[in-house]
Amino acid sequence: MDYLFSEEQKMIQELTRKIAEDKVRPVAAKYDTTQEFPWDVLKILAQSDLFAIFVPTEYGGTGGGVLDLCIATEELSRACGGIAVCYAASALGTFPIVLFGTDAQKKKYLPDLASGKKIAAFGITEPEAGSDASSIKTTAVKKGDHYILNGTKHFITNGGEAQVYTVIAMSDKTKGARGASAFIVEKGTPGFTFGKKEDKLGIRASVTCELVFTDCKVPAENLLSKEGMGFIVTMKTFDMSRPGVAAQAVGIAQGALDLAVKYAKERHQFGKSISSFQGIQWMLADMATKVEASRALVYAVAKMIDSGKTGVAKESAMAKLFASDTAMQVATDAVQILGGYGYMKDYPAEKYMRDAKITQIYEGTNQIQRNIIALQLIKQMAK
Amino acid sequence: MNIIVCIKQVPETTEVRINPETNTLIREGVKSMINPFDMYAIEEGIRLKENLGGKTTVITMGPPQAESALRDAIAMGIDEAILLSDRAFAGSDTWATSYTLAKAIEKIKDFDLVICGKQASDGDTAQVGPGIASHLNLPQVTYVKKIEEIKEKTCRVQRMTEEGYEIIQAPLPALLTVVKEINTPRLPSLRGMMRAKQAKVLHWMTKDLDLNSEFIGLNGSPTQVVKIFTPPQRPSGKMLQGEPQEIAEKLVEIIKPELH
Repeated sequence: MDYLFSEEQKMIQELTRKIAEDKVRPVAAKYDTTQEFPWDVLKILAQSDLFAIFVPTEYGGTGGGVLDLCIATEELSRACGGIAVCYAASALGTFPIVLFGTDAQKKKYLPDLASGKKIAAFGITEPEAGSDASSIKTTAVKKGDHYILNGTKHFITNGGEAQVYTVIAMSDKTKGARGASAFIVEKGTPGFTFGKKEDKLGIRASVTCELVFTDCKVPAENLLSKEGMGFIVTMKTFDMSRPGVAAQAVGIAQGALDLAVKYAKERHQFGKSISSFQGIQWMLADMATKVEASRALVYAVAKMIDSGKTGVAKESAMAKLFASDTAMQVATDAVQILGGYGYMKDYPAEKYMRDAKITQIYEGTNQIQRNIIALQLIKQMAK
Repeated sequence: MNIIVCIKQVPETTEVRINPETNTLIREGVKSMINPFDMYAIEEGIRLKENLGGKTTVITMGPPQAESALRDAIAMGIDEAILLSDRAFAGSDTWATSYTLAKAIEKIKDFDLVICGKQASDGDTAQVGPGIASHLNLPQVTYVKKIEEIKEKTCRVQRMTEEGYEIIQAPLPALLTVVKEINTPRLPSLRGMMRAKQAKVLHWMTKDLDLNSEFIGLNGSPTQVVKIFTPPQRPSGKMLQGEPQEIAEKLVEIIKPELH
């Protein structure tokens, strides 16, 4: 389908597709096995200006929007969902600064993030605060011109590797959700260390790590927006980044579909190509239709956000929900079409299936997405 | 440091089709790309400029569509591009091509280094680079695998040989042809692609160059292609399996009829 991209968006698609095929696909299995951080690939993405597309031009970016990021993330995910998330997670960590940073904060951090010299991460999740983000326990206490952070964040994508972190901590526990604040914390800040590195089912090229704050002194000027705005920062950031996760899911699904079609054409049983069997054909047709429907929804939401529309929580949640459920189903069907070979690590089908699963879980589980959608429906009815 | 890189647009395929009547390549319906060996020349030119400052200019001679190869070079980071295209250039052999390119380089005047790929993937002659150097009376080093040092008036490079490499020092300006061992060409950047789309490509024709009309195009080409053909593909081999004794017997069975 033609999504009527701008010239620049077409270039992003062409460029990321080339990088995905030439530089990502050949190393995807290696990083999946070793779980090393793919700095060499990220350097190529940086050299190609891909970290610039989600940063405004006045701070060293190319001033692209959510759709630009979605296009790049989808193309990279076709080759490796893990490497794609290293990239997209830097966007997630950068968005709060783009959205809420002061001019000084933007000038200090965005140029290096846009050039890819540094990458970013976003830290909200804690061992006991997942879907219920309001129960976070990390504290930020103001002392003079600093905030003292104490607590542990876990499951943080790019944790340990990123140089710039946006961290949510409670600056006033008595106010509940309204007592959370967002801070920019640099790697190397005294009292900021890294804990357990997770061993994951999928997206294994990406790193998922604990952030540990022990009397960590963060300069007061690193507060994003105002005290108590932590959850607003988070929600607005997720509204921007959710289509990116959805695009990751579309990419994984498309990659799995491409593989299934190729294999079905090559595989012969009962004297003919298995692609000539209606049972396989109908599976492929359903897979392709769902992938295209996901893509259409994701791109439509991305365009809506880029046009400046607010109140996109429902649509953003729908895109993430539908695309990630599609990715899981399409990747599972791809394994089925490849049969025994699909189950083996010699083919990438099983990796697509493992990588797809996380898209239903992170950036708000799909159950939380349904809550968001239902809440909006009910709210709209009450108006 | 002003660097000129000469490139060629070639068909993006290993199965080159040839027009049996004209003995030239059939370009229609075949996607084109920058000759892979020229990618190393472009990369080396950009790296030298990044380290030493100056300007990079890419030149190609070819049909109007060769402009897309020049834009691809700009997307990688080349500063300026010149297309030599004129009906009068058509049918040039390596001598006439290197003459025409040399005349264009002569017109640019201000340069320190000319870099070419070692050869083109379609013609495989490896003659155009050395030809340019001869026409311009420049020192040339072919098969360069590393540029060790560049000073104001000299360059020192490693020239690959079958046994190892030679270290050669040459005065500047000079012409180098490079091999794939020299670097890993970068991919284009987004900003480069945007710049490439808008960049102005200079288009030079015969009237823009100080050319002897007897030395250009088909008429200026001393080489005559008498016959050109695609060699038949080698048939695939046959695997014999079994115990050594059995295999030997089978082999004899196969060879025997061939001997008579």
